[in-house]
Amino acid sequence: MDAVLLSRIQFAITVMFHYLFPPLTIGMGVFLVFLEARYLKTKDVQYERAAKFWTKVFALNFALGVVSGIVMEFQFGTNWAIYSRYVGDVFGSILASEAIFAFFLESGFLALLLFGWDKVSPKWHFFSTLMVSLGSIVSALWIIVAISWQQTPAGFVLRDFETPVGVVQRAELTSFWEVVFNPSAMDRLVHVLIGAFILGSFFIMSISAWYLLKNRHLEIARRSFVTALVVAAVASLAAVASGDSHARVVAEHQPAKLAAMEGVYKTGEGGTAFHVFGIPDSEAKEIRFGVEIPKLLSLLTHRDASKPVAGLDQFEPDVPPVALPFWGFHVMVWLGCYFIVLTLYALWRLWRKTLYEARWLLWVFVFSVPLPFVANQLGWVAAEVGRQPWIVYNLLRTSDAVSQNVTAAHVGGSIALFVLIYALLFSVWIFLLNDKIKKGPEEAKENVR
Amino acid sequence: MDLSVVWFILMGVLLAGYSILDGFDLGAGILHLTARTDTERRLVINSIGPIWDGNEVWLITFGGAMFAAFPNAYATVFSGFYIALMLVLLTLILRAVSLEFRSKRPSPAWRKFWDGAFFLGSLLATLLFGVATGNILIGIPVDAEGVFTGSFFDLLRPFPILVGLFTVVFAALHGALYLNLKTEGELQERVRGWIKKVLVAAVLVWALVTVYTWVAVPAASGWPWALVVLIALAFAGILPAVSAGRPFVAFLCSSLAIAVLVFLFSFAIYPNLVISNIAPEYNLNIVNAASSPKTLGVMTVIAAVGVPVVLIYTALIYRAFRGKTKLTDHSY
Repeated sequence: MDAVLLSRIQFAITVMFHYLFPPLTIGMGVFLVFLEARYLKTKDVQYERAAKFWTKVFALNFALGVVSGIVMEFQFGTNWAIYSRYVGDVFGSILASEAIFAFFLESGFLALLLFGWDKVSPKWHFFSTLMVSLGSIVSALWIIVAISWQQTPAGFVLRDFETPVGVVQRAELTSFWEVVFNPSAMDRLVHVLIGAFILGSFFIMSISAWYLLKNRHLEIARRSFVTALVVAAVASLAAVASGDSHARVVAEHQPAKLAAMEGVYKTGEGGTAFHVFGIPDSEAKEIRFGVEIPKLLSLLTHRDASKPVAGLDQFEPDVPPVALPFWGFHVMVWLGCYFIVLTLYALWRLWRKTLYEARWLLWVFVFSVPLPFVANQLGWVAAEVGRQPWIVYNLLRTSDAVSQNVTAAHVGGSIALFVLIYALLFSVWIFLLNDKIKKGPEEAKENVR
Repeated sequence: MDLSVVWFILMGVLLAGYSILDGFDLGAGILHLTARTDTERRLVINSIGPIWDGNEVWLITFGGAMFAAFPNAYATVFSGFYIALMLVLLTLILRAVSLEFRSKRPSPAWRKFWDGAFFLGSLLATLLFGVATGNILIGIPVDAEGVFTGSFFDLLRPFPILVGLFTVVFAALHGALYLNLKTEGELQERVRGWIKKVLVAAVLVWALVTVYTWVAVPAASGWPWALVVLIALAFAGILPAVSAGRPFVAFLCSSLAIAVLVFLFSFAIYPNLVISNIAPEYNLNIVNAASSPKTLGVMTVIAAVGVPVVLIYTALIYRAFRGKTKLTDHSY
């Protein structure tokens, strides 16, 4: 394998590991803000106890998010030096904004959130929690802007730049705001935040449902579960609208990606069908075992059931692979439907006051926790693999972007290093999470920390 | 003033901020194993517990600022130091999770393991930063295309290793001075013992590094004499301040020395960011490595808006945690 492919694999591994944590801190962060706000308003100590418990779980996730995030910032330079030279003028400034406007805010106020319970008044503590939550969302904003710029570049011009050895071309900023509001940025941001809220609330529901089943910490568990359930239901429904809007941006700006996500190999006549299921066969250039809804894709994409959706044949040779975007997108959609059905059904049981009797349903919530993680990851797989063969869409190829001096052996070594350390961190994370959950809110007080 | 000069200075400020702030928590990590009991080790960890994370953001911002303001230098340095930086990442990860994981189980074996990881992570990260600084000072093999042509072992030359050693010893001193500020009683007595020993070592290695730099780095001969004397004075001020029971003054002395050292480093490489030891015309400097004036202007606005706010709340947060470290329910 060459350094390009290995660097891509390394980036995929490290970013997927990293992305276990940010959606969790974003999703849990707003939940912590809510609990503390309720405590300030009602002075009900149950809310404070709940906030303290969830804060400890939050802290563990946050630390892992921070350390795995530094790896991402370094990797642009270590593995993708040509890319960094080419886009630094635009991309770097967005990344620096993230550091100045978000990282300091998050990590600074995290100190008060975790260790400031006795140091500052409840109001200041609430403010700190709010700032940590805000910081995590602002952080998402900037990084999504940067990532989206790679998908739908805007606000730049290609210019010749004098270097010691002559002139090279690079992207230079022309309008900061056009970069920030590049065509896919805001739709992607909304979709990502919704994904984080679904993930955070399923995480909280899973733990709360387990307490309910074990008849422990009932007061905290019930309040946490119901709050998270409402958030999850609203967010799951919102994901449909936001996903639709997001997909139409893809259709407009990156039609080859849309074709790959949908497995449209050949442009047809009349309305294009939407595949509910199917197995893409890139050799034969067709979808096998397809279960399709006629004309739906045309309707969704063009709001016109008879206008065909452009297939991959129109974009040869610069087309992405089909399997990963197709599966990533479809499994994400299935999971999204599952979240809607599950949360609406649970809400109905809640309204009928029979939710807590349905032990099987609570068990379903306990074990559903990995699914939003899978859905979030797959959404990114579809988005980023669908951008190939470009690292910056229509500007710079992934194969031309890798560091010249970094060899396959270098990258192979660092992949081994990351796999080893991430496997260790992941096991310890799960182990400690389990430990913390078993101890629960009350015992957390006499905890040996 | 030209904006690329402004950003060279701002990078220096970020580097100084990082070295002073993360310097003391790295230093505390280097000294960690000299604390004996579990309670003592918890006191060390909790002295830096709430703030190490924010301190590390200075490094992230330094990296981000370099990417944004001088992308060519960022690309050359980060890809050139590939193996070294992968090791830095490993050590930073190790150190951070050790802090977080250690307290979560009472078992002595568990804690011993993460104590070791915390020490090793802190030591190696500091060493690697120092070695990198030494390499930037004397230059690295960078070719006409700005591509690093050496190997990891080319970075391990005597001068960078000496700078690395100095960085470790100085971080330990700085960390001890911080712990002197945060601890009391028996542990503080011992911390004062460490300060004396580490101070002697730091001054000796510093003298060696200074002389070596004059020989190895031509630009260092232009160093303003007064500043070198200022570092010596800062060192001289440490012990009297510690003995007089003014721990904060002692900590300020080492912080001042760090700030001046970063200034002297920047002075020695200016206007270059990367010095090529193949040919001087391959140097990456504030002109041929810089972003466009437009981007530098936007970044200046962002920094002007963001940085004062960051400084204000960082100061307030530090204020909330002032005083001696006490172990509570919420401690590590």
